[in-house]
Amino acid sequence: MENIIIEVKELNTYFDESHILKDVYLDIPRNAVTSLIGPSGCGKSTFLRTLNRMNDVIPTFKKEGTILLDGKEIYDPDVDVVDLRKRVGMVFQKPNPFPKSIFENVAYGLRVHGNNDKKDLERRVEASLKEAALWDEVKDKLDDSAMGLSGGQQQRLCIARTIAVEPEVILMDEPCSALDPISTTKIEDLIHKLKNEFTIIIVTHNMQQATRVSKYTAFFLHGEIVEKGLTDKIFIEPEDKRTEDYITGRFG
Amino acid sequence: MARNWEEFLVEKVLLLAAISSIIIILLIIGFVIQQGLPAMEQVGPLNFIFGMDWSPSYDIYGVFPMIVGSLGMMALALIFAVPLSIFGAIFLAEVAPKTMRRILKPTIQTLAGIPSVIYGFFGLIVLVPFMRIHFGGSGFSMLTASIILTVMVLPTILSISEDALRSIPLEYKEASLALGATHWQTIKNVIFPAALPGIVTGIILGMGRAIGETMAVIMVAGNTPIIPGSILEPARALTSNIALEMGYALGLHYNALFATGIVLLMMIIVLLVVTNYINYKRKVTVGGGYL
Ligand SMILES: Nc1ncnc2c1ncn2[C@@H]1O[C@H](COP(=O)(O)OP(=O)(O)OP(=O)(O)O)[C@@H](O)[C@H]1O
Ligand SMILES: [Mg+2]
Repeated sequence: MENIIIEVKELNTYFDESHILKDVYLDIPRNAVTSLIGPSGCGKSTFLRTLNRMNDVIPTFKKEGTILLDGKEIYDPDVDVVDLRKRVGMVFQKPNPFPKSIFENVAYGLRVHGNNDKKDLERRVEASLKEAALWDEVKDKLDDSAMGLSGGQQQRLCIARTIAVEPEVILMDEPCSALDPISTTKIEDLIHKLKNEFTIIIVTHNMQQATRVSKYTAFFLHGEIVEKGLTDKIFIEPEDKRTEDYITGRFG
Repeated sequence: MARNWEEFLVEKVLLLAAISSIIIILLIIGFVIQQGLPAMEQVGPLNFIFGMDWSPSYDIYGVFPMIVGSLGMMALALIFAVPLSIFGAIFLAEVAPKTMRRILKPTIQTLAGIPSVIYGFFGLIVLVPFMRIHFGGSGFSMLTASIILTVMVLPTILSISEDALRSIPLEYKEASLALGATHWQTIKNVIFPAALPGIVTGIILGMGRAIGETMAVIMVAGNTPIIPGSILEPARALTSNIALEMGYALGLHYNALFATGIVLLMMIIVLLVVTNYINYKRKVTVGGGYL
């Protein structure tokens, strides 16, 4: 059995009365990439945002069930959301750098966690940008606005910003859907590199991407997990007819 | 063919509307200058602007005390109103539950529509006696006027700031929260800075309202044309100067009131240019697309 970092059991979520996720069970292995696939509206984003409690800001959101991070329930009253989100970072679909300089974008997470040591910040910002494969492109313009970067660069900046706070898990919600093929390749290469250090959960609509980047895959349909397991297994010989139909593009 | 005519007509009508509103404003400004300039010339512009004495019966016209009065009241009002409205706006935009916001926002906007006499009347009946009892003196003072002005500019600054805060894309907020920032850190470091240009616009409008306000100020400021020794002493604003004496002014006195109007206009223009410049400078120095 692999080393499991996140254990989801009997998860049900609601927005008001509408039941979104239904009896979801899923184990996320540590230091590997897990893909979430499924047709639009099936609850992939909702699932992802439940893992770092981003849904907490939506007043109508309700959840039942268990989500354990390293064996500890993340919805327990004594869990500090700030600490949780430090451990479980998130990269969004649309690149969303702050309207601040490139440097300040990466330093932001460190600053809000109380790091104000200039030398240390500089060191960590550089390391994060290098790790996100962006350093060479921006090293001479760290004080320029992040809004001046291309979409692909902005997304890598968002990844740099996320890894700067040294999370254990990185959630990525369709991180390439707004990017061109070259930028997409760069992000995929990056994911390959990062998986040794981080646990990555990625939502994608691109089947090839799922097979390229992930070791594990879970297929969502109407809020339920239809099939989960090794990516190779799911894409080569799916057990469920609905999975096969989806990955071969017969519906979705 | 008919369609082209329609396009043409709509364009011209819009152009006419735009031009005529500009022309009307220019005509008014031209009239004020034409009426005021003779007094400026006769008294001498420097004597007029920096003169400390306003005694129409001796044909002595110096508006400096009123400049101090207007600027002082405005500055005090902004000192009170800006923090109050910014915190109020943050509360409404970020903290208040939906239903509360739905009640408070229109209420505050209604406050902006109340005629200034009502505020003045309230000040006269409630605030002036209160100030007299607690701070001594007559109760009519620069401070009293500033408090009334604070209440009057608050809704303007607050509701514009609130709009600015709410217009910040949710993505910024989520990005900040996802990095483990608290709600307050997110407001302070991301939402507020991004909304600042809009908030400054609100402050400029509030400033305009404060310096242009006449009725409410007349009713509570005491209106002595002397530089007040402290904020608890009476003061006169430029606007009040015109309104108080317009009814009986003749000859040079009459022109001097228009000249007061010129000074007021110039002051407003200077304030607008300075604040716009600061706002522009901020945007430029922090890099294109920064805010
Ligand atoms: N804030 C919300 N309030 C109410 N319903 C919501 C909210 N967010 C999502 N939903 C609903 O939850 C369901 C699942 O949405 P979700 O965004 O998780 O789907 P998704 O699988 O990520 O889809 P996509 O692939 O298009 O991103 C949808 O029916 C959606 O309408
Ligand atoms: Mg989604």
